[in-house]
Amino acid sequence: MTADVVAIDDALAQYDPVMGLEVHVELNTKSKMFCGCPTEFGAPPNTQTCPVCLGLPGALPVVNRRGVESAIKIGLALNCEIAEWCRFARKNYFYPDMPKNFQTSQYDEPIAFNGWTEVVVDGETYRIEIERAHMEEDTGKSTHVGGATGRIQGASHSLVDYNRAGIPLIEIVTKTIEVPPAKAAAVARAFVSQLRDLLLALDVSDVRMDQGSLRCDANVSLKPSGATALGTRTETKNVNSFRSVERAITYEITRQAAVLNAGGKILQETRHWHEDTGITTSGREKSDADDYRYFPEPDLVPVAPSREWVEELRATLPEAPSLRRVRLQTDWGFTDLEMRDVINSGALESIVLTIDLGVAAAAAKKWWLGELARFANESGTDLDALPVGPAEVAEVQKLVDAGTLNDKLARQVFEGLLAGEGTPAEVIEKRGLALVSDDGPLLEAIDRAIAANPGVVEKVNSGKPAAAGALIGAVMKDMRGQADAAKVRELLNAKLGI
Amino acid sequence: MSDLTRKTAVELSELMVSKQASSVEVTQAHLDRIGAVDGSVKAFLHVDTEGALAQAAAVDAKRAAGEKLGPLAGVPLALKDVLTQEGVPTTAGSKILEGWKPPYDSTVVKRLKAAGIVILGKTNMDEFAMGSSTENSAYGTTHNPWDLARIPGGSGGGSSAAISAYEAPLAIGTDTGGSIRQPGAFTGTVGVKPTYGGTSRYGLIALASSLDTPGPCARTTLDAALLHEVIAGWDPLDSTSINQDVPPVVAAARNGDVSGLRIGVVKELGGEGYQPGVEARFHEAVELLTKLGAEVVEVSCPHFQYALPAYYLILPSEASSNLAKFDAMRYGLRVGDDGTNSAEKVTSLSREAGFGDEVKRRIILGTHALSSGYYDAYYGQAQKVRTLIAQDFTKAYEQVDVLVSPATPTTAFAIGDRIDDPIAMYKNDLCTIPSNLAGNAAASFPCGLADEDGLPVGFHVMAPVMRDDLLYTVGAALESALAEQWGGVLMTKAPELEVTR
Repeated sequence: MTADVVAIDDALAQYDPVMGLEVHVELNTKSKMFCGCPTEFGAPPNTQTCPVCLGLPGALPVVNRRGVESAIKIGLALNCEIAEWCRFARKNYFYPDMPKNFQTSQYDEPIAFNGWTEVVVDGETYRIEIERAHMEEDTGKSTHVGGATGRIQGASHSLVDYNRAGIPLIEIVTKTIEVPPAKAAAVARAFVSQLRDLLLALDVSDVRMDQGSLRCDANVSLKPSGATALGTRTETKNVNSFRSVERAITYEITRQAAVLNAGGKILQETRHWHEDTGITTSGREKSDADDYRYFPEPDLVPVAPSREWVEELRATLPEAPSLRRVRLQTDWGFTDLEMRDVINSGALESIVLTIDLGVAAAAAKKWWLGELARFANESGTDLDALPVGPAEVAEVQKLVDAGTLNDKLARQVFEGLLAGEGTPAEVIEKRGLALVSDDGPLLEAIDRAIAANPGVVEKVNSGKPAAAGALIGAVMKDMRGQADAAKVRELLNAKLGI
Repeated sequence: MSDLTRKTAVELSELMVSKQASSVEVTQAHLDRIGAVDGSVKAFLHVDTEGALAQAAAVDAKRAAGEKLGPLAGVPLALKDVLTQEGVPTTAGSKILEGWKPPYDSTVVKRLKAAGIVILGKTNMDEFAMGSSTENSAYGTTHNPWDLARIPGGSGGGSSAAISAYEAPLAIGTDTGGSIRQPGAFTGTVGVKPTYGGTSRYGLIALASSLDTPGPCARTTLDAALLHEVIAGWDPLDSTSINQDVPPVVAAARNGDVSGLRIGVVKELGGEGYQPGVEARFHEAVELLTKLGAEVVEVSCPHFQYALPAYYLILPSEASSNLAKFDAMRYGLRVGDDGTNSAEKVTSLSREAGFGDEVKRRIILGTHALSSGYYDAYYGQAQKVRTLIAQDFTKAYEQVDVLVSPATPTTAFAIGDRIDDPIAMYKNDLCTIPSNLAGNAAASFPCGLADEDGLPVGFHVMAPVMRDDLLYTVGAALESALAEQWGGVLMTKAPELEVTR
């Protein structure tokens, strides 16, 4: 075997990547797509099931109107056309965690189609065309037991939890995405990240990637630079964080380039992304043998959303992301460069929420970009997965505003929060981080500073008050930073009579 | 009180209302009759003696307490084994479901129970309703009470045989291509396929979702109408059910006035391949209706000739998907689970062992018809034919109120006669299938015995969607006119069964 991968820059110098993304979104409806079972995450296995979602003989599905409503809202927010009439279809294949051995989905008549959205990467706007958004049901969840890897290979048996079976899903499929090669992976990440923000704003999904409520499959193929004919694509499954989207696509580009460079052929196959090792491995080979025998679901009547309903839903849509970005930048008074940094950091929504909690825009940006996004990036996690959210940031900033913390101490509080040391109050308590606001210890420190620096005092007394800055520094050092510098200056000036 | 089994549901109800009989007595009489004759008829797969008597006692208690009860309260009924009843074994005639006890009631059963109807047990049927003779049942063939060497029709042969053997006054069937009407015709009883969507499919183990329709079986038109009224009506659990009032079927069955009714005889459903005795009885019935004041004309439905091939693409396609759920993972038969086989292998072995030949034949047919590359030529084309057949009906109903034909080309055939010739078997349903494809209402009413074999002949009536009442109008008119000739309903001519215990 030749090298598994080539360097990304070398790969992009020779090949143009072409991507397609399929994103599955679990809706946050109270009940499942075709029955009345609850949808809460984390219930004991098989406690949220009924004859319908267990696929018992004789049971029949009934469409959840809220599921259709959410699908239409997502379609509209992605600038799609909404079908006047569409049907569900059965996708037939056998799998133990699929109760009916067909998935009720949509085939050639999706509820939403022909849309687009725009994402911004490094200040450049890229248009992503949306092929379709369709409704379907989730499958159950298999746990493979007894093997070393938790995969089905080597397992002694499998356990199936049907709580997830029938949870409403919307599958959003992009058309092929072709952007400047160097930007491809970042554009894909930005799309998924923006999609998450959009779904949150629409209030149609919890969009918890860690709970699988947003799952991304990335199709990647390469073609020689400048060529028009598409290469063979692979489909990398279950890329379940924004960062992984970028990493998995980058990996596939480097892997496929290595295969092609060695004169090999790309197999059209499903590949699995491994978060820990950062590679994809071959899954099932996809071929023409995959025949799902789609046909219109005879147990359901067609869905025909009235135009009035569609327009009613359109009127409830939040502002479009691109317009919103412009408005926020104006409101916050950020420069173009600052705004670009905010968007690239993926912290836009967190900053919005932090500002909503009463924090000044500049301070919110400072903490999210300077501390949290930096930490997330260095530790390889998503911002969402951090134990610090807008509420904690606002709490810390309120203490700064009140003079209880300064920026330096605040950074240490964040450090403690990120290390999982508890609430801000607990971190401050445990680490002893509060500023000393009592005059007594400050005055003692000032006295020590004056005594230790007779030369500086002489300079001040000889008409150079600016020299007092050195004394402030000495006091702060004495206090190990836990003093409000303004307070120290005030007391020192009084002492020195300036 | 052994003559209780000879009563109609209406008569039984009168006896119970007037306190001359209790539901427990009525139920016990039928259980006794089942015990006496079902050894030779084999209509039942499961007799729920305890459950039935408990239901009957509950109805008696309510009646004693002066509660208001429906017209069929306390009357026993035989339920086709394709409908779920909580806690009662339900097999759909298949080994793959042997021993399965559903955890829920089908909507039909819920409504039967709410009406105080006593469910005696589950009746035999062709496996997953695939067949026209009950010979495809995994649990043996049901015998026609008119001639025990003959089949009772199918798939609902058990239900029709049960009422024809006086084991129950009422039964529930399901009709996908004729499975209520053809057994009705073969057993000299009334069998009604309501409008598709007029009765709920919730809890009906699906054969072909777009065709399956539960309906009533009885020995008289009025009994059938009363049962129809109990089970029909919109069900929010079945999205294909129709949200409209139930057509006035009982009033129509009581009235039976066909004067001025325009009746169309379907030209294409007769002639070659039809037994002379069947045609003779059919035409006499048409003449009788003419005498009663109906206007009879001949109508052409040119696309009916394509109904059978279209049906045998649509049905297997849907069935192949509907039957995929039988995978040995959650219920039913499980074969090969010895710790070495994969789940896929266990599914495969279980389906191999659990499904009969006809089921496998149709799964293969349907899987093929839906396959990529064949879909348009088979399933797609069949759906177009379906549309054309519906249009034939629409055009015909512009000229006439109802359409009529023989219910079947022949009378009941001998057990084993057609079991090795699927096409000959499929042709049983030539007259009944078009109504399923179009979703129309249709029924078979007894219209006499064929001269050559002395077996019952069915008169088939088809009516527009949600005009089920017209079926009963025609059925009631025919029934009362023929009863005058015969001195009672056709069933009174049935031979006595030998009582064995």
